[in-house]
Amino acid sequence: MSVIEVQGLTRRYASRRGIRRRTSFEVEAVRGIDFHVEAGELFGLLGPNGAGKTTTIKMLITLLLPSGGSARVLGHDVVADAREVRRRVGYVFGGDRGLYERLSGLDNLRYFSELYGVPPREQRIRIAELLEMVGLSGRERERVEGYSRGMRQRLHIARGLLHRPDVLFLDEPSIGIDPVGARELRTTVAGLSAAGTTVLLTTHYMFEADELCDRIAVIAGGRIVAQGTPAELKRAVVGGNVLEVEAYGVESATIDAIRMLPGVSSADVEVLGHAQLVVVRAAPGAEVTSAVLHEFGSVRVGRVSTREPSLEDAYVELVHRA
Amino acid sequence: MWVGFRLQLKMRSRSAFDGILGVIYPMFFATTIFLLYRQTASPAELVGVSVGSAAMGVWSATSTTAAGVLQHERRDGTLELLVAAPTFFPLVVVPITLSMATIGLYSLVVTLVWGRIAFGIPLDFADPLAFICAALATVVAIGLVGFLQSIVCVRLRHAWAVGSALELPVWLICGFLVPLSLLPHWVRPISWVLPPTWGVYALRAAALGHPAWLDIALCLALAAVYGLLATLGAGRIVDSARARATLALS
Repeated sequence: MSVIEVQGLTRRYASRRGIRRRTSFEVEAVRGIDFHVEAGELFGLLGPNGAGKTTTIKMLITLLLPSGGSARVLGHDVVADAREVRRRVGYVFGGDRGLYERLSGLDNLRYFSELYGVPPREQRIRIAELLEMVGLSGRERERVEGYSRGMRQRLHIARGLLHRPDVLFLDEPSIGIDPVGARELRTTVAGLSAAGTTVLLTTHYMFEADELCDRIAVIAGGRIVAQGTPAELKRAVVGGNVLEVEAYGVESATIDAIRMLPGVSSADVEVLGHAQLVVVRAAPGAEVTSAVLHEFGSVRVGRVSTREPSLEDAYVELVHRA
Repeated sequence: MWVGFRLQLKMRSRSAFDGILGVIYPMFFATTIFLLYRQTASPAELVGVSVGSAAMGVWSATSTTAAGVLQHERRDGTLELLVAAPTFFPLVVVPITLSMATIGLYSLVVTLVWGRIAFGIPLDFADPLAFICAALATVVAIGLVGFLQSIVCVRLRHAWAVGSALELPVWLICGFLVPLSLLPHWVRPISWVLPPTWGVYALRAAALGHPAWLDIALCLALAAVYGLLATLGAGRIVDSARARATLALS
């Protein structure tokens, strides 16, 4: 039996527009998705903003009622057995909110220990263990309002683990954390997974997903557009190499022309200070370098390089297709 | 619940600004009221007024904040965590509103002490034990009324306004300062179903040496009804918030 089983899960939001003449309409944030996560697996849910990742997680942790379909966590239905699901899952989200600023880190953990039913005898030991694990030992008596973002995020992780959840939901946990903090966070998450905790992670950082996740589902427009291991996604979507061209003053018409070239799967532009980085993904076996450079015409071109496709390339390709 | 209450109280006691307001506001209320009444009221009536204005502080400390408390939790991003916890949601909210009413207890003490120091209103209550029990019953009752308010207002984005709108009418309707006999007849049934009415009756009775225990019992019984209504409503309202996605602002 899978730890998380999702079948045809749907969520619609009612919304309104207009000031004088208000009209109601529905937004379908999640459109009948299916996936499953096995015990001990670290599963990534990737997608652009508004793709439905957080909505999916909130349905799985019982904060939102699904509009359709079904979801079971550890065999418990998220609607019918909400309390049992809550008892056995942990939820950590990124950002500054979700903590009591005027209380110390220790008091925050004490409070949530009570709410999550950690027996009083175990609380002191468990909190000390977690403070040690997230590197907040010695700072636990300071008020949270004085914590840095990284410290807050680590406190969030500790809070989410207080009741030793069987399944941990991490919703963009590394958002806004510095690179060192993010690396430590990845180490912590990998350690939890190695210890047998099932983890469902959403993130915008592809290298993070690539490094951590056993399997990934890419969600776009409320639908799952691909699932598999990071290697499978890379192979299935981006068979060819990726050409990167540093340019100065490239126009959108040039990019459109590159996109139309035979053998080009997709082309995007990233702004790098004064320069632009044009990323061209080639179809499997296609050689597009000279044709692409020809399209630049009189535009000044800097460094040109070719590399193997990354998970980010696969992700961009999938989202473009969706 | 005890740990939740203690930590919520700790959190609410830590704002120096709120703390100063909690002391100064009741002093202003009390001063205004004592100046109005001392010309005409008898010493016994002044004690009754002192007790009523003390209860005003407890109510004021709770009403506005209780209505907006879950909105506040929502803004801080903690409401979802409270709902996602396996603890029965009413048991999460009750310690929060009780901690607010307990903060109101500061106001009660400040009012009585200020009345003694500045206006010479005696603190030698006829039945101290009944007075303490009445004060605690009033705090618990106002805390549970706050619990009902917080649950009813959970989906309102301007919940604090509901609390503000209720603050002053309750001063009048519950007879904190004006005897209920002066109010129109149709208002009295509303007063009788509000637990603070019986709390203030009990405080006055205990202070003046009249029997107070029946009023204390009525105050607590009505408070229990409010607590029960809030508990029954909590499940439905939280489910509705889960259905309408109003637990988080984001």
